[in-house]
Amino acid sequence: MGDTLLEVEDLHVHFPTPDGVVKAVNGISYSLAKQEILAIVGESGSGKSVGVLSLLRLIPDRDCHLRGSVHFEGSDLLQLSDVEMRELRGNRIAMVFQDPMTSLNPVLRIGDQIQESIIEHQGISEKVAKNRAIELLELVGIPEAEKRYRHYPHQFSGGMRQRIMIAAGLACEPSILIADEPTTALDVTIQAQIIDLVKKLRREIGMSVIWITHDLGIVAGLADRVAVMYAGKIVEFAPVDELFKNPQHPYSKGLLNSLPRLDTRSEEPLEAIEGFPPNLIDYPTTCPFLERCSSRTEQCQTPPAQQALTPSHQVWCHHAVKV
Amino acid sequence: MTEPIVQVKNLSMHFGQDSGFLKGPQRVVKAVDNVSLEVFEGETLGLVGESGCGKSTLGRSILQLYKPTAGSVHYRGTDLVQLEGKALRKMRNRFQMIYQDPYASLNPRMKVADIIGEPMYIHQLHPRSEIRAEVEKTLEMVGLAREFADRYPHEFSGGQRQRIGIARALAAQPDFIVADEPISALDVSIQAQIINLMRNLQSQLKLTYLFIAHDLAVVRHISDRMAVMYLGKVMELTDSNSIYEDPLHPYTQSLLSAIPIPDPEKEREREANRVLLEGEVPSPENPPKGCAFCTRCPRKQEVLKSKQIDCSTQAPQFTEAKPGHWTACHLYT
Repeated sequence: MGDTLLEVEDLHVHFPTPDGVVKAVNGISYSLAKQEILAIVGESGSGKSVGVLSLLRLIPDRDCHLRGSVHFEGSDLLQLSDVEMRELRGNRIAMVFQDPMTSLNPVLRIGDQIQESIIEHQGISEKVAKNRAIELLELVGIPEAEKRYRHYPHQFSGGMRQRIMIAAGLACEPSILIADEPTTALDVTIQAQIIDLVKKLRREIGMSVIWITHDLGIVAGLADRVAVMYAGKIVEFAPVDELFKNPQHPYSKGLLNSLPRLDTRSEEPLEAIEGFPPNLIDYPTTCPFLERCSSRTEQCQTPPAQQALTPSHQVWCHHAVKV
Repeated sequence: MTEPIVQVKNLSMHFGQDSGFLKGPQRVVKAVDNVSLEVFEGETLGLVGESGCGKSTLGRSILQLYKPTAGSVHYRGTDLVQLEGKALRKMRNRFQMIYQDPYASLNPRMKVADIIGEPMYIHQLHPRSEIRAEVEKTLEMVGLAREFADRYPHEFSGGQRQRIGIARALAAQPDFIVADEPISALDVSIQAQIINLMRNLQSQLKLTYLFIAHDLAVVRHISDRMAVMYLGKVMELTDSNSIYEDPLHPYTQSLLSAIPIPDPEKEREREANRVLLEGEVPSPENPPKGCAFCTRCPRKQEVLKSKQIDCSTQAPQFTEAKPGHWTACHLYT
């Protein structure tokens, strides 16, 4: 992996609500290299989506407290003005959302939705933009792109719409594509097509990808590095092979053991992680995983600090073992 | 596992057939088309397929939540399709359903005690005075505390709600349960809890399951046998190990290769041989004439060459290609 492209440092996202402050993201730090695919894994409520939405400041400032810094191309995204931010979104960093059924505008032709960001950011004529949009549709594998360019979202299936979302995301050749559970709403055979497409695009146009998912199967076949999130914190960070071979955090281990696998069948019951994630308003002062952890000890009353097992494998647990 | 508890024969569920005057051209969606299968006492039959393949419709029409348009469903010798009204209602406690969405399938205005107590009351399974005690027993069976009986559904998490849904099904004292995607709305760490619970209950109460899901790994884990559906038809039916180790139908083969395995080394190996299906599932309103899978089948040419059969005009029969291993593909006829 080459140079660092994006550097997130100590990011906090807190939401004030009438019931108290919801501590959705609590000090996460990571970096993204050029051409790298970084997967962020976690369950619902772990802060994985909020964490990336806030990178692009897609959560209105008045609704949340952001703290920390996000360095990208020489500036701190959290300090940029709204105008500067708008220039960056969809241009240098693009996003693909989970639900292809609701994230396209139903009353606009898909061609217009793709070229919108090209015209906005690059100030080129509509004619040139149209050709570019058709190229993009071909790139993401939409047949008869020239004809389909004029169609509306309802004339496409879910998988096709997700391809269109990706085409719109790629329109300005961003250096980073953020994909928030882009295949969760799709069938497996279509999911395989989309994953294949993203890998191909990474190779061909050299973009970096942050892929958010709860599916460890996808992570295994796609990512270079993985961050496992729990209760708004990263609990383990490792290269993909390392995480699957040598998971150190009890939560990562639990997740891997609780998955039934297609390639093995055992009569043994699955190792479920008992209990539920902690309340994010009344955030525990202990290790956040304490209540569900089977290897907890006295030490775990204090939140664990980062431990580097190897230069690339970090874990936030008192009991991690150095290899 | 000797006697079939449920026998489905040539079952079809076609929607939108009653087109009449001024209703425009007739449009029929063949959600389930001529399906035959058996579920044996004490086993779990997994039913897998992509969205829209008719797996939920099949489950619902077996339980007579839809009246099938053709075919029969024998439950312990009685044809449910022929039963109506009171006679059918009386039998309903014997077969129950667990639904996919634990948020939508519980009435938000009923207390847990009433949700679970209702089937007991309707089917007059216990004297009224004992229902409360039975509800508490059922709650404990699914791993919830007795005190939860007086709470409302919104006070629970998704996994707990699904336990309540399971308790409601158990309350009717069924021996056959159709579970329609019971875990797909839950988080991974909670899914395992529910799968384990369902397996424990099965051995405790001698239940028979029809387990519907789109996640093959989950289905393989819980099922004894599996049926793979595509576009309203069963494509392959055999025991869970053979489906994975020796899949016969080209659809099953490509479905298996599309499912990611949580192991980076294996994934790299598999990537080289991955059969990426092109295109998408055709509309069930206008399915292909021959084999349902012919529009995406990677082995269509092979069939044409070796058997001189054109898959796009001739539909294959569902036949027993190997002992206990059924499939609908010309390659094995």
